[in-house]
Amino acid sequence: MEQEKNEFRFTEKPEVEEVNCDILIIGGGMSGAGAAFEACRWATPKNLKVVMADKAAVERSGAVAQGLSAINTYIGENDIDDYVRYVRADLMGIIREDLVKDLGRMVDDSVHLFEQWGLPIWKKDDEGHSMDGFQARDSGKALLKDGGTPVRSGKWQIMINGESYKAIVGDVAKKSLEYNAQATGQEQNLYERVFCTRLLMDANEPNRIAGAIGFSTRENKVYVFKANAVINGSGGAVNVFRPRSVGEGLGRAWFPVWNSGSGYAMGIQAGAELTLMENRFVPMRFKDGYGPVGAWFLFFKAKATNAIGEDYCDTHADEIHEQFAPYDEPMGTALRNHAAMVDMKAGLGPIMMHTDKAMQALEESMDAKQIKHLEAEAWEDFLDMTIAQAGLWAANDVEPNKVPSELMPSEPYLLGSHAGCAGFWVSGPGDIEGTPDEWSWGYNRMSTVNGLFMSGDVVGASGHKFSSGSHAEGRIAGKMAVAWCLDHEGYSPAISESIDELVAEIYAPMELYAKYKSYTTAPENVDINPNYIRPRMLQFRLMKIMDEYVGGVSTWYTTSATLLAEGLKKLEVLKEDSARMAASDLHELLRCWENYHRIWAAEAHARHINFREESRYPGYYYRGDFPGIDDANWKCFTNSRWTQEGGWEHKKVPYVELVPAPTPA
Amino acid sequence: MPSFVMTEKCDGCKGQDKTACMYICPHDLMILDKERMKAFNQEPEQCWECYNCVKICPQQAIEVRAYADFAPLGASVIPMRSTDSIMWTIKFRNGALKRFKFPINLRPDGVSDPYEGLPEPNFDDIKSSKLFTQA
Ligand SMILES: Cc1cc2nc3c(=O)[nH]c(=O)nc-3n(C[C@H](O)[C@H](O)[C@H](O)COP(=O)(O)OP(=O)(O)OC[C@H]3O[C@@H](n4cnc5c(N)ncnc54)[C@H](O)[C@@H]3O)c2cc1C
Ligand SMILES: Nc1ncnc2c1ncn2[C@@H]1O[C@H](COP(=O)(O)OS(=O)(=O)O)[C@@H](O)[C@H]1O
Ligand code: SF4
Repeated sequence: MEQEKNEFRFTEKPEVEEVNCDILIIGGGMSGAGAAFEACRWATPKNLKVVMADKAAVERSGAVAQGLSAINTYIGENDIDDYVRYVRADLMGIIREDLVKDLGRMVDDSVHLFEQWGLPIWKKDDEGHSMDGFQARDSGKALLKDGGTPVRSGKWQIMINGESYKAIVGDVAKKSLEYNAQATGQEQNLYERVFCTRLLMDANEPNRIAGAIGFSTRENKVYVFKANAVINGSGGAVNVFRPRSVGEGLGRAWFPVWNSGSGYAMGIQAGAELTLMENRFVPMRFKDGYGPVGAWFLFFKAKATNAIGEDYCDTHADEIHEQFAPYDEPMGTALRNHAAMVDMKAGLGPIMMHTDKAMQALEESMDAKQIKHLEAEAWEDFLDMTIAQAGLWAANDVEPNKVPSELMPSEPYLLGSHAGCAGFWVSGPGDIEGTPDEWSWGYNRMSTVNGLFMSGDVVGASGHKFSSGSHAEGRIAGKMAVAWCLDHEGYSPAISESIDELVAEIYAPMELYAKYKSYTTAPENVDINPNYIRPRMLQFRLMKIMDEYVGGVSTWYTTSATLLAEGLKKLEVLKEDSARMAASDLHELLRCWENYHRIWAAEAHARHINFREESRYPGYYYRGDFPGIDDANWKCFTNSRWTQEGGWEHKKVPYVELVPAPTPA
Repeated sequence: MPSFVMTEKCDGCKGQDKTACMYICPHDLMILDKERMKAFNQEPEQCWECYNCVKICPQQAIEVRAYADFAPLGASVIPMRSTDSIMWTIKFRNGALKRFKFPINLRPDGVSDPYEGLPEPNFDDIKSSKLFTQA
């Protein structure tokens, strides 16, 4: 189909504001908030300007917008090397151990700060029962930093009263930005409701970042941010695959429906190298509401079984050992999914989480007051972070201490901070013994694009950071971005592309809509028009392609070279058609750009799955044509890079073990 | 549908340039109909039911009706959030009620100086693997 250039003949050109700064942080989620806190501390005495842009309000943005009920990474009394071993085992043997170990030595510092900033953290009372944050404070329990004992659910996880987690951490980030703005004379350095569409490259130096461009979703305005360093903390991607819900439940994905893969898309288009982008996360969750399971498995010690009462992880242990050893010891998130899926495919569903049995067992040794507290804890897990699941319990008259609840593996999501590791290849710290020299190029967490840093979900090969680790990683990136600016003082960004053309591109969907909206008689809400596609339909097309060809729920997460070839052809055409998206207002323009970003993240994922000719992550996805794990050929990183001239290039990068397995006792 | 606004209670956050729900919704769903001075959720199938609009509404005009493509009708989950804690009232489809109260913030007045009591950055460490608090 013919392409049309936006010459603003039917719509008005937006105002364009240029913002000059030293460090631009894209995304004020957990990692962006960490980046702001750390960067402003180092930048301010050097008179460096820090700016943040977020598509939402930092008070409640990103994956933690709703709150959380646990901090899933807290090292505490544990050995950091064990943390590395745990992450490696859960991610099927291939991680960047330098990045993970580096994170392990930073993460507790962020957790300690959260508590000092007001986040209530559960503590143990003298009998070993759990106390909420108020009870702990009122009985004089020590803060974590002073040796207080948290309530561990698992070895790495601690329980919190986290309804306001993001509000607390976001508030400190905003105050850090204010501190920087005041000292460096900026009138404004927090730009909320600004959706970044592209990173901008330097005109003179190849492979060097110069800033980013984005638009306001509140007024007709485009922002051109010029910066010496950029930190990309804009989160993972959801609703790239067709979700299980069929109606308004589309919004109730497990992953926050607003994280649309911007971080991946913008980084890819800037030419940053990706790693393990074939990885994905398929969380096994309470069915439909997608309530978390971690607290139920680890803290309440509930068991999940198939329809005939078998614990699928036990009954399939031997066959999984035969197929996937040594990766079944311990059995990680993907393989636990796999075990459940074997039964589900055999018709042995529904899979049930026995909340009832778990609570009854705990109640046995409790008095009435403690039983009430236990019930509150059970509901709080959902009310803190997945309120919809509490609503679903109420709608179905479910009392968790009386009846079990069904579990279901979700549609796939792309992310790098939870039990997944899809993202960019970044420089490591460089000081961890045994690290290959090529794994660090001077600035920790810098991508292969000079001056472009990554944090949180978009950093590859280092999952299981979670909220706390993402914050800590943002801090590392924030600090190193300052180091970069100090080493590149006097840099003056020159943008390689024409700003006029970029602005025209951003607003093209508004122009197309204005031009053609009267072509048919259809009213706005039943719009059918041969001249354009609305972003909602484009998203449905993307989700259907990904689902059917790239291993979504409808094929039980299975794909193959032939299916991928067909899917990639369709994605190419979809990409072409994305230039014909139409938007009737700024809100719909936001949807257009989110979906444009989704397509790029999706394509990278599909191409990576195609490149890796094995099934490294059974339970997340399967290559029907290469069913097993093939360590001889594929125990390696799979990196790729996209360029305008050359398209996609893939390569293998050797995996190096830095933390040896423990010597058997 | 997922979040919905009750006509009688919503006053469009009179006098403000945008409504509280518009300010907070992470997915840009809430919008003000300026003629009626009433806010509404413009894209219910994109709602995460994160309850941020519900919690922030000064008129308590917003509630959530669970996703009708899988949830039976008749239940409700309603928060009352103060500066340091949150109270939840859960009504089951069968009419049963449960109430829970949880802490949310030990410092409801907020942190005034983010760097209070923390060390100054030491620029000798700028390339080291230490955050400024670890110096
Ligand atoms: C449902 C769920 C439950 C979880 N539970 C836990 C838990 O119990 N414990 C735990 O420790 N961790 C948990 N996690 C993990 C944790 O939330 C993440 O690890 C963490 O939030 C990742 O941080 P991030 O900064 O990469 O992304 P986010 O925190 O998601 O932040 C991304 C930010 O980027 C912004 N943004 C996106 N696109 C753009 C754009 N184009 N322009 C401008 N801004 C943009 C967003 O608005 C957002 O502010 C959970 C995650 C999910 C999804
Ligand atoms: N069966 C299990 N065994 C061991 N760890 C688990 C199990 N289920 C969940 N976890 C861990 O518990 C933590 C919380 O997990 P989830 O509830 O699955 O995630 S959440 O982010 O939505 O809260 C994660 O660290 C996860 O790896
Ligand atoms: S519940 Fe959350 S996602 Fe839904 S409209 Fe309210 S703020 Fe937006």
